Amino acid sequence: MIWQLDLLVLTLVVLCGIGAIMVRDLLGAAILFSAYSFLMCLLWSIMGAVDVAFTEASVGAGVSTVFFIAAVFHTTRRTKD
Amino acid sequence: MKTIALIIVIITGSFLLYATVDFPSWGDPQSPASTHVSPRYIERTLEETSVPNVVTAVLADYRGFDTLFETTVIFAAGVACFFLLRAFGKERPATGLYRHLLTGVTVRIKGSAGLPDDMEEFERIDTLWTPYDPIVKVMCQRLIPFIQLFALYVIAHGHHSPGGGFQGGVILGASLILLSISHNFRIALRRMGERLDALLCALGVAIYAGTGALCLLLGANFLDYSALAGILHVDPVTARSHGILIVEIGVGIAVMATMVLIYNNLASAGKFDEGL
Repeated sequence: MIWQLDLLVLTLVVLCGIGAIMVRDLLGAAILFSAYSFLMCLLWSIMGAVDVAFTEASVGAGVSTVFFIAAVFHTTRRTKD
Repeated sequence: MKTIALIIVIITGSFLLYATVDFPSWGDPQSPASTHVSPRYIERTLEETSVPNVVTAVLADYRGFDTLFETTVIFAAGVACFFLLRAFGKERPATGLYRHLLTGVTVRIKGSAGLPDDMEEFERIDTLWTPYDPIVKVMCQRLIPFIQLFALYVIAHGHHSPGGGFQGGVILGASLILLSISHNFRIALRRMGERLDALLCALGVAIYAGTGALCLLLGANFLDYSALAGILHVDPVTARSHGILIVEIGVGIAVMATMVLIYNNLASAGKFDEGL
């Protein structure tokens, strides 16, 4: 485990998480959430949990983003708060 | 209100961070999980189930009951999406748009009947129709069979490599969703109809629970696959390996059908008429 790489991925995870909450555009939030999932997938594989990383990549970064986009498409892109 | 919520979140978060101090450090061999449970599985899995991937063996055999209800949760999520979003009896909008393929002229037909779906000259199009991009369309058409083959590999090879029913099922579902996005919602629906989808959704869970019940009927514990040795004509150790494969296939079918069911209901807003 290279700690510099670990620190970089962890920082990006936190940034993506905060960004997904702060951003006003819901489509952008969905994409940031997808990026967050992908970085989590990297973290799992760094820790050696390859099965979890696989699930995170396919469910978190893949299909759930499509679901979010489908939901945003039928509702609204702007949040009220 | 937002300030109170922020204060609560910060307090809870700091408590959680404080609790992590008591955790054993990452990969600590002296931690409780690593002293009793993990060595037992790591040492005995291969001789007890003949599955090289310990994670798969724990997931589908030792902790098979957990996975059964995880599959049921996914099934319940699909059914909940169906009941919340499905708009019965509103399949056809008041006006349908049809495009003449040779000239590119678009015809708007009022009334719910519309043109029959199997007409050669006319093509039913969505309200927000954009011309098809041939690059996207052809690339997806070529890629989808390989994605599905990879999904089947992930399900079937879960014994030896990372993967299994959940991941393979999601990839299989994603390939059908890709067809729906890249081509047309109705083309994907024609490949896999709503009725078939719902049936597969339940069938996957039924395969899993049925395997467990079969073990019960053969005189062993629920989900104790070694009881299947008599039916499969193999020794009990190999029977556990085969039993894992059977339930993984069940999980794969259930997850695939549920992903497609949720997507279809979300993308068409329950009308099953126009997609994204």
